[in-house]
Amino acid sequence: MTNTPQEAMLDRRAVVKRLLAGSPDALVVTGLGSSAYDVFAAGDRPENFYLWGAMGGAAAIGLGLALAQPSRSVLVITGDGEQLMGIGALATIGAQQPGNLSVVVLDNGHFAETGMQASHTRLGTNLIEVARACGINRCEAVTSLDAVDRLAALVNARNGCLFARIPIAADEVPRALPPRDGTFLKNRLREVLKLAPF
Amino acid sequence: MTDHSPPPNPWQEQIFDTLKRGGVRQVAYVPDAGHAHVIRRVHADPEMRAIVLTTEEEGVATCCGAWLGGERSVLLMQSSGVGNCINMMSLIQNCRFPFLTLITMRGEFAEFNPWQVPMSRATQPVLEAMGLTVMRVERQEDVADVVQAGLDAAFESGEPIAVLLSQRLIGRKKWVAKP
Repeated sequence: MTNTPQEAMLDRRAVVKRLLAGSPDALVVTGLGSSAYDVFAAGDRPENFYLWGAMGGAAAIGLGLALAQPSRSVLVITGDGEQLMGIGALATIGAQQPGNLSVVVLDNGHFAETGMQASHTRLGTNLIEVARACGINRCEAVTSLDAVDRLAALVNARNGCLFARIPIAADEVPRALPPRDGTFLKNRLREVLKLAPF
Repeated sequence: MTDHSPPPNPWQEQIFDTLKRGGVRQVAYVPDAGHAHVIRRVHADPEMRAIVLTTEEEGVATCCGAWLGGERSVLLMQSSGVGNCINMMSLIQNCRFPFLTLITMRGEFAEFNPWQVPMSRATQPVLEAMGLTVMRVERQEDVADVVQAGLDAAFESGEPIAVLLSQRLIGRKKWVAKP
């Protein structure tokens, strides 16, 4: 579904908080901007890898991580603009079918970070249909806060590659800024996985 | 399916062997004829994962994700693909990811397609501008040694490395104009 004014728009912070509360063991990769702030606002943890750049890369980073860590749930939380820039990664993920990877797009139909310009999901692109057409079998439209609990259960189950779209309100929320030091973020996540430095 | 591929040059098998012995598990690629043998070998190897990409920058991201999860990976691409990677390479520099890419060169020796030339000329400057160390191979007898050196520098020393396989090494692309 594309964003329409009629659609129930959820509160992004409430959605992300509920999703992460329901999947406390997941390794989380965020897109840059608002989705990174949402994940940080829900509570910082070393399993969170926040992007501050590399736009379009979140889902593909999640893919490499998921293939390397098949016994862990990997959860990508990103925005519509970030996923649109990396839209080809959905085809690459569809070709690999990592059963432990979930890509969740918080879709407000806008580029929130740069002045709320309308994005392609506002103008006709249906990301669920894109993901399904890329061969990702499990595509969920999450339209209520209660449905987020079911999504978290699917993230934890790791029995199939998952794509979910959550329509969120295009509200400006206070910024909550995660660490920007990429080396720190990399090393602390690897430490959780008991990976030694080189 | 019939395999119409020509028999590999020994250096192509040496690249696969170096990656395999070097513990590389994920091989992300946008295909090129010069990489075709390695890609076939990776697909046939149950211990390795071949990841076909829609654009090369995805491979920069999957390689970084693989290292986050403790696996060694490599990105195979053609020189034309380097331009597609530029901003994604900020990930490598910001997080100091070990990184290895093997790049087959076009547009520099007996090239028939002028559209390959601009990115060919920009390949090394672009990689260096994004903080990668560039190593170049001109002769078949040097391939194994340089790829091994690149792999060691990446995964033992944590450096971002690009190995350029020259077009003269790979050989002239057979170009037959249709009558």
